[in-house]
Amino acid sequence: MNGMIWVILFGALATYGTRIGGHLILSRFERIHPRVQAGLNAVPAAVLTTLVAPAMITAGPAEWAAIIFAAFIGLRAKLTGMFFASAVLLIVLRQIGFS
Amino acid sequence: MTAPPLSPAAGFVAGIVRSLPICAAIAPFGLLYGALAADTGLSVFEATFMSATIFGGASQMVGLQLFDGRVPGWLIVLSIFAVNFRHILYSAALGPKIMHWRPWQRLVGWFVLSDPQFAESMKMADKRPVAFSWYFGLGLTIYGLWVLESYLGARFGALIEDPEALGLDFMLPLYFFGMLYDFRSRKPFFPIVGASAAGSVLAMLTVGSPWHVSIGAICGIATAILIGAPEAPPPMPPEAKERTT
Repeated sequence: MNGMIWVILFGALATYGTRIGGHLILSRFERIHPRVQAGLNAVPAAVLTTLVAPAMITAGPAEWAAIIFAAFIGLRAKLTGMFFASAVLLIVLRQIGFS
Repeated sequence: MTAPPLSPAAGFVAGIVRSLPICAAIAPFGLLYGALAADTGLSVFEATFMSATIFGGASQMVGLQLFDGRVPGWLIVLSIFAVNFRHILYSAALGPKIMHWRPWQRLVGWFVLSDPQFAESMKMADKRPVAFSWYFGLGLTIYGLWVLESYLGARFGALIEDPEALGLDFMLPLYFFGMLYDFRSRKPFFPIVGASAAGSVLAMLTVGSPWHVSIGAICGIATAILIGAPEAPPPMPPEAKERTT
């Protein structure tokens, strides 16, 4: 089990490296090209999509319904309300066996 | 950058308050991670230690999957790195917004740079300078509760009888969708999402997890770079002001 601690520690080092590394690399450049800036601005949307899209492919009707409901709620509510409302819908749909 | 900066104490409290819905949303994952870790054979200490040092839910889950078999340690570390590779992009995007911090503040700040931390900070940067006190209040609360939930999950996780019925497996995508949705007014949102979605799904079906995250993200970012900024800037949208840095 001692080996597991080492794997965790090196995993933590690698993770911290990703969190500080992007900045260390980019800060070497004096000014940032507009296209690079456009790319950086795209990072949140681009990454978040990759955490959602594949899960949507493997999901079923209950999950799709929850996502559509979330998008609808999100037109008015903020993230918290959106999340909890759609989470409740998902749980209800699963409980009644709609999936 | 229309509003003046907050005082450190007010900023810290505002950060804590902002973290609460995030904490509520990720609490099930902390507990779930702890429960899965115990199920995989990690001790309560190891499960908690992993959360306290890595602090990246998705990568911890992937790590757990690999701990189970006879996968060599270096490959587990590499997989954790691959899942967390997106932080390189976060770090590069956030860096210019926190250059007014002291060096030690930045060293601390990088450590807690999680998905919600990044999304909230970028939203904050659109409105006013990202204060360390606010960032730290946000990050410390998320971190502290994440470690606590991991501990509780590992200690008591066996009590959850049917995680599927509670929808635990889909809470993470649902939450990420909400965060993504908040960015929809940032052009070119739909081309980026379309490219990332196509890229990540294709990568998932061919190369497999966890590389779909990096590959999909690169597709979306490349799309944004290709579209680029207009040659002669037309009337600037509010968020474009920050580009002068």
